[in-house]
Amino acid sequence: MSRHLPIVAVTPFPAAAAHELKDAQLRANLGRATRTIRDKRARVVAEVPDWEELRERAARTKDEVLDRLPELLARFERAAAAAGASVHHAADAAAANAIVAELVRAQGADRVVKIKSMATQEIGLNEALAEAGITAIETDLAELIVQLADDTPSHILVPAIHYNRSQIREIFAARMPGFSAESDEPAVLAGAAREYLRRTFLSAEVAVCGANFAVAETGSLVIVESEGNGRMCLTLPGTLIAVVGVEKLLPRMADLGDFLRLLPRSSTGERMNPYTSVFTGVTPDDGPRRLHIVLLDNGRTKTAQDPVGRAALRCIRCSACLNVCPVYERTGGHAYGSVYPGPIGAILSPQLTGQDAGANSSLPFASTLCGACYDVCPVKIDIPEILVHLRQTGPKPAAERAAMATLSWVMRDRRRWRGALRAARTGAVPLRALTRRRGGTLRRAPWPVSAWTAHRDAPLPPPESFRDWWRRTHAE
Amino acid sequence: MLSELFAERAGDYRAGVHHCTEAELPGVLAGLLAGASAVVVPPGLPQAWTRDLAGPQLPDHGLTPADLDAPGLSVLTGCAAAIAETGTIVLDTGPGQGRRLLTLVPDHHVCVVYDDRVVADVPDLFAVLPDPTRPLTMISGPSATSDIELDRVEGVHGPRRLDIVCVHADAGKEPR
Repeated sequence: MSRHLPIVAVTPFPAAAAHELKDAQLRANLGRATRTIRDKRARVVAEVPDWEELRERAARTKDEVLDRLPELLARFERAAAAAGASVHHAADAAAANAIVAELVRAQGADRVVKIKSMATQEIGLNEALAEAGITAIETDLAELIVQLADDTPSHILVPAIHYNRSQIREIFAARMPGFSAESDEPAVLAGAAREYLRRTFLSAEVAVCGANFAVAETGSLVIVESEGNGRMCLTLPGTLIAVVGVEKLLPRMADLGDFLRLLPRSSTGERMNPYTSVFTGVTPDDGPRRLHIVLLDNGRTKTAQDPVGRAALRCIRCSACLNVCPVYERTGGHAYGSVYPGPIGAILSPQLTGQDAGANSSLPFASTLCGACYDVCPVKIDIPEILVHLRQTGPKPAAERAAMATLSWVMRDRRRWRGALRAARTGAVPLRALTRRRGGTLRRAPWPVSAWTAHRDAPLPPPESFRDWWRRTHAE
Repeated sequence: MLSELFAERAGDYRAGVHHCTEAELPGVLAGLLAGASAVVVPPGLPQAWTRDLAGPQLPDHGLTPADLDAPGLSVLTGCAAAIAETGTIVLDTGPGQGRRLLTLVPDHHVCVVYDDRVVADVPDLFAVLPDPTRPLTMISGPSATSDIELDRVEGVHGPRRLDIVCVHADAGKEPR
């Protein structure tokens, strides 16, 4: 694959974050938006008395899917084909993009309307279609804002979360043909998007979507949305192409009951989102005449083989973990360099690509391990545990490896360790007088300790070890 | 009472919620649809529902999206089920509901919900649907978006107005 994948960070997280943190407007926008959504979520979750059991059950259902993946995929494929869908398999992004481009070309179309889909963002479908001479039109309001601004998404659910209303008005005024409103009221801006896209919907021949869930038992796909742009894409064009990650499967239709209670509450903080569509193959005289389902692997099967990391594949893309993350709230989504930002992105992106891809091995460090993400996750992904696991298994710089090997050698033997501590205390003696007024801490030190003191004070070793103190004061 | 919880929750997401008895239904519908340029009528809709409508009616004999995009259109449907906990109506393209685009392109949707169609919560839904592989559309309030500052505003691509008429078996709003 020659093209840069949208789930590979180019810049290591600390450098990207330092850059984003300089943007005070961004922090204000994010702070306000994430506070709003956190409060809404907390209110509707508190209404559900069996929330913890619900999370537990949903986690088990998703684990069952991972355990039975080949069997359930075959079952889904049979059921979907029996209902009139054509099912395709894509091992990676390039294969999926090629299949979709070919299907669009076969319809003689040069543009497609799109429902917001993380899977198509993950594979860079819009860019691949553009190279094939096909225009992809995003119809979700936030995606449309990002597309008009020629920007990249910064949040899973609300890709334009980094803009406030007046910035969005400016983007529309500059880029949306026919837009002339003076007001930046959200209702006015939403109305403008309705006018702008309506003609496009009525004339579109091909639509592209993802899926929130795929039901193995019946071959059905489920799309959860708010605006109705999804329903437009699912019912008006004659051809519908769905790009579905293999982990989106649920074994049974009845499993939707749990997941449709969890997802809207966790993502938009609503009891239920305005529109949920469930469709099975093609239906005569209703909706598309041709349905193609592209089942996407792109690193998922490999991730499912890691006994710790596989839990990341339970993710239903609700984005609750982003909204509670103290790191995300300050740096925003762009710092992660992947279309999957925040805590879930920090464990998903490096696993899907492999940790050696770009700067993805820096992502598991983009966390304080505070655990807020685990508390809100509707499918109980222990994100901190996976972050630590990836830190342990990821590639390390040679200097760090050497330092850790030395430290490990010193700490393995009590005499070596005592000797090292004594040497450190002796070395610290001349510094003690200099730092007395600051409570015995070092503000700035030469390399390699400078890596530590750049962001925090370094305490000097205490003048006496606990063992020495004990021996001195408790001598018989 | 499930139907009362349903009505309250549907109202939370800014659907217009109305109550009546079977006998009052035609009059209530005529009132709600009085301003429509025409009313789209799906196949299998009970005749009594359209009896008192004053304006023109558009039965669906293959209406196109362009037909349905005409200004001022309303669509009148029943539903397959309704969910109390979330205030959701569920359409499955069965009799009196029609093809999916009928309830999507017009700007105003009026949906009739009988008490006995209301289930407690989402998991109960799949037990009552006659065939869950029919195209299902779950609708909770009018079209909305939270994409600007995560603040919910109504009215994007789907119908901007949703009126729900709850038909109670006995007189008025009294429980059975």
